[in-house]
Amino acid sequence: MAELVIEDLVVTFGHRHRAVNAVDGVSLTVPHGTIVGLVGESGSGKSTVARTVAGLQRATSGRVTLDGDDLLRTRGVDRRRRARDVQMIFQDPYSSLNPRMTVGETIEEALTTHGDLDAKQRAASVRELLDLVRLKAAVTGQYPSQISGGMRQRVAIARCLAVRPRLIVADEITSALDASVQGAVLNLIRDLQRELDLSMIFITHNLAAVRYIADTTAVMSRGRVVEHGDAAAIVANPRRPYTRALVSAIPRIENAGTDHLLRLTDPEGAR
Amino acid sequence: MTTRRSALLRQPMAITAACMLGVLVVLAVLAPVLWGGQAAAANPDAITLPSSAEHLLGTDKLGRDVLLRTLVATRLSLVMAVAATAIGACAGLLLGALPAVLGARAQRWFAGVIGTWLAFPVLLIAMLTVILLGTGATTAVVALALTMAPSFARLAQTLSSRVGGSEYLAAARMLGVSRRRQFTRYVLPNIAEPVIVNVTTSIGGGLLALSSLSFLGVGVQPPDFDWGRLLSEGFGEVYNSPVAAIGPGVAVVFAGLAFSMLGESLAAHLRHREHGKALPPRRLGPAPVAARPVETPSATPKESTEEGVDTVVPLLEVDGLSVSFPGPDGWITPVQDVSFRIAPGEIVGVVGESGSGKSVTVMSVAQLAPAGAAVTARRLRFDGEDLTGLTPAAAGKVLGTRVGVVFQDSLTALNPALRVGAQLAEVPRVHGNAGRRQAREMSVRALDDVRIPDAEHRAQQFPHEFSGGMRQRALIAMSQIGSPSLIIADEPTTALDVTVQRRVLALLRRGCAESGTAAIVVSHDVAVLAELCGRILVMYAGRIVEDVDCALLATPERLAHPYTRALTASLPDLGTDRTRQLVTIPGEPPDLSRPVPGCAFAARCAFATDRCRTETPVLAPHRHLGRVACWHPQDATAPDTAPGREEVEA
Repeated sequence: MAELVIEDLVVTFGHRHRAVNAVDGVSLTVPHGTIVGLVGESGSGKSTVARTVAGLQRATSGRVTLDGDDLLRTRGVDRRRRARDVQMIFQDPYSSLNPRMTVGETIEEALTTHGDLDAKQRAASVRELLDLVRLKAAVTGQYPSQISGGMRQRVAIARCLAVRPRLIVADEITSALDASVQGAVLNLIRDLQRELDLSMIFITHNLAAVRYIADTTAVMSRGRVVEHGDAAAIVANPRRPYTRALVSAIPRIENAGTDHLLRLTDPEGAR
Repeated sequence: MTTRRSALLRQPMAITAACMLGVLVVLAVLAPVLWGGQAAAANPDAITLPSSAEHLLGTDKLGRDVLLRTLVATRLSLVMAVAATAIGACAGLLLGALPAVLGARAQRWFAGVIGTWLAFPVLLIAMLTVILLGTGATTAVVALALTMAPSFARLAQTLSSRVGGSEYLAAARMLGVSRRRQFTRYVLPNIAEPVIVNVTTSIGGGLLALSSLSFLGVGVQPPDFDWGRLLSEGFGEVYNSPVAAIGPGVAVVFAGLAFSMLGESLAAHLRHREHGKALPPRRLGPAPVAARPVETPSATPKESTEEGVDTVVPLLEVDGLSVSFPGPDGWITPVQDVSFRIAPGEIVGVVGESGSGKSVTVMSVAQLAPAGAAVTARRLRFDGEDLTGLTPAAAGKVLGTRVGVVFQDSLTALNPALRVGAQLAEVPRVHGNAGRRQAREMSVRALDDVRIPDAEHRAQQFPHEFSGGMRQRALIAMSQIGSPSLIIADEPTTALDVTVQRRVLALLRRGCAESGTAAIVVSHDVAVLAELCGRILVMYAGRIVEDVDCALLATPERLAHPYTRALTASLPDLGTDRTRQLVTIPGEPPDLSRPVPGCAFAARCAFATDRCRTETPVLAPHRHLGRVACWHPQDATAPDTAPGREEVEA
């Protein structure tokens, strides 16, 4: 059971008069076994929230707890225990895997850091994890540069699952992938979430993807959560003007060959 | 591993360097054993003899043979140079690369130490060492290591800062991987290659430096001798017996050259491995040209004109465009036999996944193909002018201001050192022979046209003062300023947020409608193109697989090619059923360097038959009034009607 509670989180960049609150008082709860989507435009602070929860960014103030454990405390915490609390999957699978380690070595490293397994058990676990992310065992000996972007992202997911974290932070994990691969990774995340009962923060700028995958969605703008609600309802009936603008700006294939694009009333475009 | 090594040993320079090093190593091992006694023993009968058959380089003041002494000195000279470089490199690596895993504060501290150390004059360090430790071989090695360490440290620091900021190291940290392992498995292997190259080259320099120290008398002391020492001894007698100084001099140059050449060939090898070493032109042969389709006469453009698809004279006509790049096993052709036409005022989208060749296609049409690309076409006509066979420069001149290009990354497409207005004004100044003031007015008007508020003031600003969306609009303004008849846009909105994207797309669409400009827009997002374009070209593995009216995208059952159908179905939209799995395309896109016979999509296609795996389908006119390259088009059940474009509401 793991419930993430973020209370009044503030992250400030820069000093004194040049200080900017990238995250400006965000409160958010991720109940156990659910996916909370975090959407917003670039600069809205959604990635900063993710990095702070993952321990890659220092918070200025506020509280982040996982089942009551303070995630912002850095002193006197065993790094391996912390690793089992939160794991993050990064946007770009081209840069999140060590180019000098094979797929097998990458996953094995995560396993050995978190358990005493002999070589045989390790190999079996690697196979199991690869199977979980729908990869063939043949990729074990390959380097990241030898496999495609979609496969790399699966390896990154397998590495994250190897630790059995209590919470997974997925930061734009499909936006660097091709259209035909994005769907497969979204399917995989959904299946895994159901199979393993994962708790997850799913960060994206793609409202359609978040509507499909998340249970609830929080919309961020300028460092604040402006709207938080059921993932389907929030795109069907956005209450805040900012959310409404986001939803209406999504290009839709139903509008193919129409003049929908020109009919949109756009405050800046209309002048 | 073995193939890597053998590839290295195929370079002539590497072979030469390896042979030279081999000679040096053999000498270093054997010479002291064979001639050590002889070279050290004085011979009062043969003092300072000139060159002769018996003593090829003459003898020194004590009657010892200089040639033998030079050969014997190889061991000490090399060992000292290698030892000094190794100590310097190890110290430098620890100092430079360790902070990458230690955190920001340690990085600042280490950077300070390296900077201070580098600021000390090399000679001062060497002298101080000599004063502290006294003269001798050990002193020389320590002094050299001390002077080499900071430059290695700076190199390691620069290289490892990239690793330190990488996501894979962040991932390792989050996994709880120990710092020692982060250093040995993450930092070191990822900086190793350039460091090894640098160290190899430095051994040659170290040898020279050590020889200089010995030459000056602060290095190796008698009775020991290295090349520098011999050089110094020979120099005293240079007027009597010049060869006595030349011998050790040649040895120093020989060894220095061997290490430099080895370092150079290692570096060249790494470069090639990174970028893929292409075959030399002689073995590549001529670039592949798309064969004229003879088997299906209906595929020729003439026929399609008769069917009434193109009744107007096309603005752009591309027939049989192929783009090839030199690869390690011959030409790689990421764009194969691409043919399409653009009518005046038409907006055409090109969609495909990474590696489908969509960007290379349109950039080749704009005469902006990447360096090294070989572009061939059966026919390339723009606005009634034939560009076939012209050089890119000549064709670019013909296109001139009649084609405007919008690039994906607005930050790199604009010169950061020039004001935006000045960059825009450059187009009419260079191509339109406009005066300075007139060009300036044009640029402000162009910025105003793309709805940049306060254009007069904004034109005076630099690109970094613009937001991403505004820069993209400035790029569009730049592409429109010469009143072109065609705009080519490569992923114009990929880096933008949805709301900004919408604005840029509307602007592009409106701009084209108002001025009657045609446009080719490349994107990986079929939904973006669906709203913007009238017609869409779907590319897969370097070929157009379907050319279809955009209106049909809204009714996927009327699309013919299985790939187009899968592409439109695979992305979730706001109406996707959340209880069901998303439609996906199984498998991976094909590897273009290993072309397969038949349809490139066959391996991932549910409808593929043996014919698909053997015979490449030709892009031929189809009943949906577009074109499709498929043996089994999937729209057979759809009503056979022409698409009707929705009427524009007044």
